[in-house]
Amino acid sequence: MTTTDPRTTAGEPGGPGAAGDTGDASGLAVVALSQGQLVRRRFLRHRGALVGMAVLLFVVLLSFTSIGFGPVPGWWHYSYTQVTAIENGGRPTLDLVPWLDGDGLAWGDHPFGQDNIGIDYFALTMRGAQRSLIIAFVVGIVATVIGTLVGALAGYYRGWVDALLMRVTDVFITIPVIVIGAVLGRRFGALPIFLFGAVLGVVLWTSLARLVRGNFLSLREKEFVEAARAMGASSSRIIFKHILPNSLGVIIVSATLTIAVAILTESALSYLGLGVRPPETSLGLLISTYEAAFTTRPWLFWWPGLFIVLIALSVNFIGDGLRDAFDPRQARVRS
Amino acid sequence: MVAYVLRRLLISIGVFFVATFMMYLLVANAGDPLEDLYGITDPGDRAARIASRTEIMQLNTPVVERYFDWLGGLLSFLWGQGTLGVNRTGQAIEPLLGLALGSTLRLVVLATVLAIVTGVAVGIVSALRQYTSFDYTITFFSFVFFSLPIFWAAVLLKQFGAIAFNDWLGDPVVPLPVMVVLAVLGGLLAVSLVGGRTWARRGASFAGGAVVVLGVLLVLSQTDFLARPTLGPAGVSVLGLAAAVGITALVSGLANRRVLIASLAGAVVGIIVYVSTVGVLGDPTWPFLIGLFVLTLVLAGGVGFGVGGIDRGRAARAAVLSAAVVAALSFVDWLMFAWPAYVSSSLGRPIATIGSNTPNFTGTLWETTLDSLTHLVLPSVTLVLISFAQYTRYTRSSMLETMNQDYVRTARSKGLTERTVIMRHAFRNALIPVTTLVALDFAAIVGGAVITERIFGWRGMGSLFIEGIYTVDPPPVMAFFVVAAAAVLLLNIVADLVYAYLDPRIRLS
Repeated sequence: MTTTDPRTTAGEPGGPGAAGDTGDASGLAVVALSQGQLVRRRFLRHRGALVGMAVLLFVVLLSFTSIGFGPVPGWWHYSYTQVTAIENGGRPTLDLVPWLDGDGLAWGDHPFGQDNIGIDYFALTMRGAQRSLIIAFVVGIVATVIGTLVGALAGYYRGWVDALLMRVTDVFITIPVIVIGAVLGRRFGALPIFLFGAVLGVVLWTSLARLVRGNFLSLREKEFVEAARAMGASSSRIIFKHILPNSLGVIIVSATLTIAVAILTESALSYLGLGVRPPETSLGLLISTYEAAFTTRPWLFWWPGLFIVLIALSVNFIGDGLRDAFDPRQARVRS
Repeated sequence: MVAYVLRRLLISIGVFFVATFMMYLLVANAGDPLEDLYGITDPGDRAARIASRTEIMQLNTPVVERYFDWLGGLLSFLWGQGTLGVNRTGQAIEPLLGLALGSTLRLVVLATVLAIVTGVAVGIVSALRQYTSFDYTITFFSFVFFSLPIFWAAVLLKQFGAIAFNDWLGDPVVPLPVMVVLAVLGGLLAVSLVGGRTWARRGASFAGGAVVVLGVLLVLSQTDFLARPTLGPAGVSVLGLAAAVGITALVSGLANRRVLIASLAGAVVGIIVYVSTVGVLGDPTWPFLIGLFVLTLVLAGGVGFGVGGIDRGRAARAAVLSAAVVAALSFVDWLMFAWPAYVSSSLGRPIATIGSNTPNFTGTLWETTLDSLTHLVLPSVTLVLISFAQYTRYTRSSMLETMNQDYVRTARSKGLTERTVIMRHAFRNALIPVTTLVALDFAAIVGGAVITERIFGWRGMGSLFIEGIYTVDPPPVMAFFVVAAAAVLLLNIVADLVYAYLDPRIRLS
């Protein structure tokens, strides 16, 4: 959002025109902030969201740079398909607690250990994290687009369009996500992960659609929409240029939370064998593959789970920070 | 009102049919139902098996026609005489569904109730102590629970809640370091709950909490309580009377002597019933127990009403609540009494990891209850972990919003005590929006149950569904789906009605 866009400040105290001006009329150095600046400031003061942002960025960078992506090679010296001789029972060589056995902070040759045939587990986990992240983001994009469209049309046109679209939404809400996901996963799980992500996105758009609809229902009665209509703007122009930018907050927040839900749904489906299939891999599939080895090689179980929790947790914290940042009623910023 | 309910019902029925149609088509097209038969080497055998399965599953009929066959069966089944079809081996679905429904319902209902109670309670406290370390800790943990993959959490619980716990139960001694850690945690909890403005006060509440936890742990391990737990008449009485005082403090404040007396009298009624029935409750039946429970409550209510004086209604309510607490304590005491025998009959490993009850297990009512509970505890904890976060977050924000309302400020400025403001003005109104969450969350719990049942080896609705999906067999999947979808749709209608009833500003039209 730019500082001079009057639409983004419509409905805010001060109204259009106040944006970007410095309010020095009374001699005090009070700087008027645009909506975007306010949001950014509030977000940056949310400590949980910042930590979440850092962790997520770290996980994304680690998983994509370490083993490389596509034709680009990474810096890690093993690949996720390369079988090596099993050393020390495949135990992890990562050492983060120097006071326990005295090795000091050590990365070692196989920081996350090796699986039962000798594949480096760090490389495998990174590969799984990469795949799970890609699926989650594809789900996020597809679900956001569908949800926004459905919600916008239903909220703007009301009447029979609203009734029809909301009944469709009801159909999807009636079916627990994991249930329809399982059915679709059984059918489409073997597809390339981008397509599988898109299929999952078709399931997860409902809550977003409901929120956007509610937002549109209230915004369409506002004066600036009336003004646009009086000036002869077309419906699509009003929807996309006037109302949509104002519901961006709602959309961004629930898109973020959808990504967190997507990570968990994908891993649950893959765990059940109804999502990503071998030879492709994902964090959920890794857990399900090595679940039986829990008592003998617990690290095969811990690492992928830890990464799922890290990703979902950081995305949830970012979503919480965004929600607080976009909420104009938020008087005090939570730390 | 009636028109509204009818319209909602009609719409829901429409949604239901569309959803079942979609689901049926998706399941039937999810894969190849004959896939596992292609591997049979003997061509004659293969052809025969393929032919018989094609016959049973009616694979030569178009899918849409099969759907309407199934739908006809469902409708006449609801009328009292139809079938839900057969699975691919030719077994009828209804008996399978009947078996599965019982165990899954137990799990889902228990998890929902536990999640609501704990989530709402913690959410309220967290809101009242906004921006304290308690609030931050709860916020953090609810985010963690919310981000836990349910299957991962379940496997961990199985490992540490069942296997490790059972090992520990072989020699139930709390080691000293664990005691110290627990005491410190208790102290921290006391500090964050009680608060205190000066460091001296905070230190005092920390010491108080730590000493209480340490004392309780020491007494428990000294008296061999962990191996042979028991409350006895003394324990039930002390705890019951303490609960009566606590209930009075919440309901009316201790200054109201009438209510205090009524509440204590209610507890005494409960204790009398407990002591006088010791002889006959060795192996009771459920109707007898429930009858006794209701009788106790009625008696307590009558006594409370009698001694309540001016404040009759509240006194009766406090008395009934106290008696209910005593009844619950006695129930627990009876279960504790049966515990050592149950542990030895389960070969010292009481917390089960597989199934919804021990096969062919017989015993008194207390023992079979224990058996169900030890099987239920881990799956329901898993489900609660996930929903708990939703309920705390939701209740917390709802309570915060209520506390900022004008009517709460008015109540305060009238000079009402903080207890009255919170319990009578804020708490009740904060609960109203939570009704919507119950309906929404139910779908999530049913979905979670699918995974949980699989990990804990339950033969429930979830396994009916999952097996059906794996084998591309629509009837079992649809049986699960019909129950789940109908429950979700009905709960949504009920939630809307309850909401409108509780919040008169909402008009149903």
